[in-house]
Amino acid sequence: MKALILFSASILTAQTGDWLQFQGNAQGHRYSELTQIDKSNVAKLKPAWSFQIDKLDKFEASPIAKDGILYVSEPPSDVTAVESHSGKVLWRYKRVLPDNVPFCCGKVNRGVGIHGNSIFISTLDAHLVALDAASGNVLWDVTVADYKKAYSSTAAPLIVKDKVVVGSAGGEFGVRGYLAAFDVKTGKEAWRLWTVPAAGEKGAETWKGDSYKYGSATTWVTGSYDPGLNTIYWGTGNPGPDWKGDKREGDNLYSDSLLAIDADTGKMKWYFQFTPHDVHDWDATQVPILVDQMWNGKMRKLALFANRNAFYYVLDRETGEYLMGKQYVRQTWAKGELDAKGRPTRLPNTFPTANGTAVYPNSPGATNFQAPSYSAKTKLHYVMTRDEGGVFYTGDDTYHEGSWYLAGRFVSKPGEEATGAIKAIDPATGKSKWEYPLSAPSWSGVLSTAGGLVFAATADGDMLALDDSTGKLLWRYPMGGRAFANPISYTAADGKQHIAIASGHTLFSFSVD
Amino acid sequence: MMRLILIGLMFSVGVWAQLSAPSDKASLSAGKTQFEIHCAFCHGRGDDGFAANLVSPNLVHAPTDTALVSIIRNGILGTDMPPALGMTEEQMMQVAGYVRSLGRSAPITVAGDAAKGKAVYQGKGGCGGCHMVGGAGGKMGPDLTQIGAMRSPANLRTSIVDPNATLAGGWTMVHVTPKTGAQVNGIRLSEDNFRINLRDGRGRIHSIAKDQTTAITRDLTKSSMPSYQGRLNAKELDDLVAYLFSLRGAM
Repeated sequence: MKALILFSASILTAQTGDWLQFQGNAQGHRYSELTQIDKSNVAKLKPAWSFQIDKLDKFEASPIAKDGILYVSEPPSDVTAVESHSGKVLWRYKRVLPDNVPFCCGKVNRGVGIHGNSIFISTLDAHLVALDAASGNVLWDVTVADYKKAYSSTAAPLIVKDKVVVGSAGGEFGVRGYLAAFDVKTGKEAWRLWTVPAAGEKGAETWKGDSYKYGSATTWVTGSYDPGLNTIYWGTGNPGPDWKGDKREGDNLYSDSLLAIDADTGKMKWYFQFTPHDVHDWDATQVPILVDQMWNGKMRKLALFANRNAFYYVLDRETGEYLMGKQYVRQTWAKGELDAKGRPTRLPNTFPTANGTAVYPNSPGATNFQAPSYSAKTKLHYVMTRDEGGVFYTGDDTYHEGSWYLAGRFVSKPGEEATGAIKAIDPATGKSKWEYPLSAPSWSGVLSTAGGLVFAATADGDMLALDDSTGKLLWRYPMGGRAFANPISYTAADGKQHIAIASGHTLFSFSVD
Repeated sequence: MMRLILIGLMFSVGVWAQLSAPSDKASLSAGKTQFEIHCAFCHGRGDDGFAANLVSPNLVHAPTDTALVSIIRNGILGTDMPPALGMTEEQMMQVAGYVRSLGRSAPITVAGDAAKGKAVYQGKGGCGGCHMVGGAGGKMGPDLTQIGAMRSPANLRTSIVDPNATLAGGWTMVHVTPKTGAQVNGIRLSEDNFRINLRDGRGRIHSIAKDQTTAITRDLTKSSMPSYQGRLNAKELDDLVAYLFSLRGAM
């Protein structure tokens, strides 16, 4: 019976029912072509099953769906395969982590990668592990970086042809960030791009003294890939230390930047830095969305980027040329207009100080690791945004290897409550076509579908379905746990389109009867 | 049998794994430095902040050093105490040692008379209308059964004369105007995009759909407690502080 179901599943998924990259496709769209659930029947959507993990850490995974199976990473660095129509467990991979693995913001993992019959997970102890998709057995396990030097990994790998591309985490510990590619079959390292230059290299002059040594610029959210240009696009994080920049005067390349990287060699083709000399921890680690679209009467290959710093950017992804930048969330740190090259003009008195400096947005930013979505149907860019002021303080900026390297801290602006909104941004103008307000900011990402729907969860776990062209609420379900994850859609062996998302410590899968 | 052995093993390991915070001079000095960077913003010098009073031989949430380090590392869920950000394991131990040293310092003495303060609490102050002690009293403000173990005399005094300066998290007063019927006022219990739940002065819980309201206001910078500045004389205030500081609950 099971064989039959698996057989039928493989037929079904020969169409578009699989979800094979972190963002669904390599271009970062988090958009499903499935249309079984649409505006006319979404009101009948209900939970088909739920799957509970036995961990208390935040459940941030976005699953991979293939041939009737969901591959789900669990905190801290485990993987479970479940039947995608029932939620029943097929196998588990439990990683034993060494003591004292450093981590910033929870023992989390945001998802696995898949190539053929191999599943890949980047682990908290900075290894890359390949698992057999049918059994969960380890095929190979390689060290990517030394966790004792405070390196870790939390992002889902990006699969690019015969390589698995993995990011680095540890940007709060003064590590040197990198992006690295490994052969899917052997685990052999193909290339590694350091995101902070070494002494004497181009860009090192943007760091005062030897501060580049602790430059961070990690790559802790999955990037995108354009097969036509054979180029990987990946955002980088904050410079180290986070909140005091005195020791690292200069622009601090290539922190808070979008990097365009040759997929075969790992060589940087161009970079665009959003926030030079960041002192608010506004990582540019959001997912770049790659689209081809008319721009001033000409078809252009674009990269769309809703940044943590509260500006929305459109770049030409062939050249890195800046095309547009618009404020899309309240901010008080820069002039409302970027200069001709997209560089922000800082306003005075916005740097952190010993007594605190109030700035919008707060350190978690206008958006953060919540995955965005781009609908091929509406041509809108859906972003989970947050609106909150912060008070930023400087602190001790002495570096100790393997230790926190923050040099300050932040608090939410007293007397105010943070809010949020799901925004449908028109990339042509940077303006919202509609906004769905949220009483509290959510850490959920956004999914759009060809059924004309946008899915996302609220902060406390209400799963929402909105009309993709108006933002009208069409359906909701109270999942009852805080959401830190991104929704996906897939076709299961029952022939149905499902919507899946983690809330609290439970993975929910919804379908229509 | 296997399970029994395992449990026994875990227990003994647990006992052996009890941490002991350092108390040597260098560690205390390092702990003090870290305390000033990370903790003083809320805890002041230990006994004069708006967060828990740490100048106490018994800390409510931290009966052992293991528990204390765990709190520093992870924070206390559901309270304003956040996890440590930017402290190494060694530094957390040093901070724990420093906090314990505060508890060994001379106990704080207060000027007032606790017995007379109890009479102020129950009589002129009318505090029990909103607060509970030992299971008796109102529900519009925080339970005060252990308040003396959690707040310093200075902080307690400020709370009485200037409540807006020491807002307690989770006690936001909200005013909801329904489309039909009278305004509802109370302490916000929960709020999401669709509903707001609050408890009114009589202890009744209201669950209100937001689309059935015309206005919701939230007192984010204002306490629902009135100031007692001028309502109590200096002696009464001293006595009330002494009474509150004597409330250590069942520990």
